[in-house]
Amino acid sequence: MPEINNFTMNFGPQHPSAHGVLRLVLELDGEVIERADPHIGLLHRATEKLAENKTYLQNLPYMDRLDYVSMMCNEHAYCQAVEKLIGLEVPVRAQYIRTLFDEITRILNHLLWLGAYALDVGAMSVFLYCFREREDLMDVYEAVSGARMHAAYYRPGGVYRDLPAQMPQYQPSPYRDTQRLAELNASRQGSMLDFIEDFTRRFPTYVDEYETLLTDNRIWKQRTVGIGVVGPERAIQLGFTGPMLRASGVAWDLRRTQPYAAYADLDFDIPVGKTGDCYDRYLVRVAEMRQSNQIIAQCVDWLRKNPGPVITDDFKVATPPREEMKTSMEALIHHFKLFSEGMAVPAGEVYTAVEAPKGEFGIYMISDGANKPYRMKIRAPGFPHLAAMDEMARGHMIADVVAILSTMDIVFGEIDR
Amino acid sequence: MTDALENLRQYLGAALGETLRNARVDRGELTVELSREGFLAACLRLRDDADCAFDLLVDVCGVDYVDYGDGLWEGPRFAVVYHLLSLKHRQRLRVRIFADDDLPIVPSVVDIWAAANWFEREAFDLYGILFDGHPDLRRILTDYGFIGYPFRKDFPLVGTVEMRYDADQGRVVYEPTRTEERVVVPRIIREEGEGRYNARN
Repeated sequence: MPEINNFTMNFGPQHPSAHGVLRLVLELDGEVIERADPHIGLLHRATEKLAENKTYLQNLPYMDRLDYVSMMCNEHAYCQAVEKLIGLEVPVRAQYIRTLFDEITRILNHLLWLGAYALDVGAMSVFLYCFREREDLMDVYEAVSGARMHAAYYRPGGVYRDLPAQMPQYQPSPYRDTQRLAELNASRQGSMLDFIEDFTRRFPTYVDEYETLLTDNRIWKQRTVGIGVVGPERAIQLGFTGPMLRASGVAWDLRRTQPYAAYADLDFDIPVGKTGDCYDRYLVRVAEMRQSNQIIAQCVDWLRKNPGPVITDDFKVATPPREEMKTSMEALIHHFKLFSEGMAVPAGEVYTAVEAPKGEFGIYMISDGANKPYRMKIRAPGFPHLAAMDEMARGHMIADVVAILSTMDIVFGEIDR
Repeated sequence: MTDALENLRQYLGAALGETLRNARVDRGELTVELSREGFLAACLRLRDDADCAFDLLVDVCGVDYVDYGDGLWEGPRFAVVYHLLSLKHRQRLRVRIFADDDLPIVPSVVDIWAAANWFEREAFDLYGILFDGHPDLRRILTDYGFIGYPFRKDFPLVGTVEMRYDADQGRVVYEPTRTEERVVVPRIIREEGEGRYNARN
């Protein structure tokens, strides 16, 4: 009888369902996972070290590149940290705009997650549907900031500028006939808020479509029910946050428990799962998309009724209006100092967190009074999730590794930083 | 909120005794500094005491204080900072523990919060802080075979080695880096009061 050893297999770093660059060393007993050892850091860019050598404003665009699927939520945590250090008041309208875009970002993230997850588990078409809706939201990003992904729209003290009065429209092109062009532009006739409102009306039916394809699908359930189960106590012990924690039955959501921005004034529910398996995590995220949609609708309504400033008038933090710079000497000095030396931030340390789509995204910032952070630590939600990979995958079949990995909503931009 | 933190501060002062070196509330956040003796017992107390119930470890990170305030820092160079969260009381707590300069070593909290595992590996990787009792203290973010602790303040921003494919040898080679470090915006700490230049809004 020959001795049979465990088989060690390399998964990644270049694997389509590794969601970026993850090298996963799997120790197998037949088809059963004995041990999973994720090797991360292949996308490590030392963002935190770079931040120590850049001014507070220069650091902001790096935030987009951390979790590159939920860009504005990262910016939000960063701006909150700077604002808390300075002790800065953010105008209410800016708070609502931030809330609006946080939720748009959440839908963007969950749509990508849903599409990619379905693709990993073997359902092709959901991916295409999800990207159809993502396109609309990306257009909103572009309309407001000029960039479809790396927006750099939030600034310490508010947001870069107010929402545009006109939603940009598709231009005639040889690849599009006039009828298609009219269809595309039908919802883009008014302002950006009109477009978003139209989207919130359409979106629930889209979610119904995804659910028709997946929720009661037998194959989908076979691949997800009872896979990667984490109980509530264990989830807390492992440092889970966000949908991963809520799917295990812990009703913890920073938007409700430690409200920031305008969340305290808005009406929404926190979906919670029961068993903490992959299927529950799917249900929680789908329910979250519906709730986000509801929040967006409320924000749109509020933003229509309440015009006002969107960035602080403390010119030592935010730039003065451009017209003023043409005439006022002080405004010109402020502008020059802000973009050469940067803002001076009082010494101290703060930790601020937002409920990013993946969980708690936090910024721990130490300032010694200089124009650059002394130390910035980024608390990425995916980091402890991936750390639990070994525990979650152990005893499952090799095909379930992909399902478990994908259910965590892994993005290496934030994990490797 | 601040009252609750103040109560917690006083409670911790009584509960942790000698281990607690310092506790202060700043900008609505409570920071406690613990000594290395009795650190694990204090952590256990923080997790299990019903009045604390810090059951979720949010973050662990290393800090290198050597350049703090451009040389004004008097104290140990390395610290490890833990961020704790109590789901029950909806409170956060920051715990700081200092380590020795030459051989920075602190007790590992993996047995108290399982989430600490990778966070401590990261602090070891980036700062060279050792965690006594950690089951698997390997590098995590840097390259295989990396030398040095990149987040220490004396480690150059451009790094020490660069990598390229050498066609003659038919493999990837590492060489000392040729990139020169340049500072576009210098670091400036302005005096208190003068801290923010004098142009009125």
